Amino acid sequence: MASRIPVWLVGYLLLLGVAIAYPLVFTTAYQVNLGIVILFAAYQGSAWNILGGFTGLFSFGHAAFFGLGAYTSTLLFIHAGISPWIGMFAGGVVAAAVGISFGYLTVRYRLRGHYFALGMFAFAELLRFSAQNLDAIGGSVGILIPFKGNAPEIFQFTDKLPYYFVILGMLVVILAVSRWLKDGRLGYFWASLRSDDTAAEMVGVNTLRYKLTAMGLSAFFMALAGTFYAQFYFFIEPQIVFGIDKSLDGLLRAVIGGLNMVLGPLFGALLLAPLGELTKILLPIRNASGVDLLLFGILLILAVRFMPRGVLGTLELISGRIVRWRRAA
Amino acid sequence: MDLLLQATFNGIVLGGVFGLVALGLNLIYGVLNVINFAHGASMMIAMYGTYWLFTLYGVDPYLSLALVMPAMFIVGYGIQRLLLEPLAGTSPSNQFLTTLGLLLVFQNGTQLLFTSNFLTINTVYQTITLPLGPALLPLARVIALGFAILLGFLLFLLMTRTDLGRAIRAAAQDPGGAEVAGINVNRIYGVTFGLGLAMVGAAGAIVVPFFYVTPSVGETFNIPAFIVVVLGGLGSMPGAVVGGLVVGLVTSIGAAFLPGSTNQILLLGVFIGVLLLRPTGLFGRRLV
Repeated sequence: MASRIPVWLVGYLLLLGVAIAYPLVFTTAYQVNLGIVILFAAYQGSAWNILGGFTGLFSFGHAAFFGLGAYTSTLLFIHAGISPWIGMFAGGVVAAAVGISFGYLTVRYRLRGHYFALGMFAFAELLRFSAQNLDAIGGSVGILIPFKGNAPEIFQFTDKLPYYFVILGMLVVILAVSRWLKDGRLGYFWASLRSDDTAAEMVGVNTLRYKLTAMGLSAFFMALAGTFYAQFYFFIEPQIVFGIDKSLDGLLRAVIGGLNMVLGPLFGALLLAPLGELTKILLPIRNASGVDLLLFGILLILAVRFMPRGVLGTLELISGRIVRWRRAA
Repeated sequence: MDLLLQATFNGIVLGGVFGLVALGLNLIYGVLNVINFAHGASMMIAMYGTYWLFTLYGVDPYLSLALVMPAMFIVGYGIQRLLLEPLAGTSPSNQFLTTLGLLLVFQNGTQLLFTSNFLTINTVYQTITLPLGPALLPLARVIALGFAILLGFLLFLLMTRTDLGRAIRAAAQDPGGAEVAGINVNRIYGVTFGLGLAMVGAAGAIVVPFFYVTPSVGETFNIPAFIVVVLGGLGSMPGAVVGGLVVGLVTSIGAAFLPGSTNQILLLGVFIGVLLLRPTGLFGRRLV
């Protein structure tokens, strides 16, 4: 019966084992923090990938959902005393509802390709300016979340380790959901509209429904990342949570790691995060804050040109060739 | 009344600059079908070029147009021939992902080189103002508007009256047919991207006398340029001029009379509406 366990599941469990062991072996605050940065980026990339990778709708504005999640849980906590654990899902639902509504408009009016990317970008900017002008929610100053000490029930920890396991748990969930959906019926419909949505529609695929499902899920999961960010840094402001950087975080990991592959964003994060850290170590100057993005920009251009399948896709391609070459030998 | 007159004048100047930025963006989109997300960042590069030419060598910002425009043309030509041309025939998203990558490189590269400090230059132009009724028109802004109109007009002449313009329009309408007719389409594509960046480079140079320079300044012009292009119609040149004026006036008058940055919300709302309802713009068809 052991042979019934698929190979990919063994791989996933191995990765999970490594992830659980990491903070127990590398215990300094810096190392645990680096682990959180990697897992968080992998999570953002996975959320973006559900829409951008699985259905091919490239969004340049996922900060919209990130920000909605951060603001919803934070406002509920500050004004109504609702625990961010609950606020997190409220934020997810708000983001999903907004995503599905805006998504409906984009599908209804046939926004595709770079038009869709541009529309999403403008939508995130619209929310950013709106948040900046709404003084009731902190305006452009933002919101400082009151720190109550170590209080797990309201998603506040003095130690970094709990955050590590929270984001690891979130990543496991999103990867499991992604795997499950992509291999199921939904995955086939997504694949059909990814390759040619006009043709898919002509053979009777309800493209509207499947695009909106992807949009809703992607927005929901991205909003949870927003809440995690708020609870980790205890400070949010429109420029950060609705800004272009947050839109690009997910896109970069997914495109460089491997579009349309469940583990692609994780590999993207595993590659980019240490590179980003390296630039900070090697260039200990005051202006080094953007050097990682400079490097990621170059990697994006190179990846699009030379590795359109991303890091993971290219690894698969190479390993596939080795297997075939061995069989032939 | 003074405030309105002043805001209207500033709006027209801004509109001229936005229009010039949008003309380049539109040219690139109309011919190559690529949205250049690095357009504002390219303008920022040109602004740094103008700033350093003035600061190090004392080159007058308007004189520096003669250097900045050809330099930006070469950058644009290189981007098309070296980065975008090899992607032809692959997924269309690859091209706009590449321009997105360029945006990151330009913006963060200049931040690394020059920090994110705000830089300004002091020229004789800033000290001169021309009175117009109760309002005062700063000379630098008047000159900027003049250059925007002149360059827009020259581009129009280039596109309609020259062989190069005809070749560009032919390549835009039917690349295969143009190739058969003996036009080197890839070279024309390179020239088109070059012209687009030369235009935005010019816009960068003419605003330096009255605008600060910083790595993220491109965003200030990028977003309005997208709005202008979508309002006026992607690919439509007269649309870019009218769209530029509308966006410039709304930005400027809105900034004077509406609280905070409400004017930006208004513009983005209109932008999304037009994008959804009339992606060909308010002024109709593609004209390039």
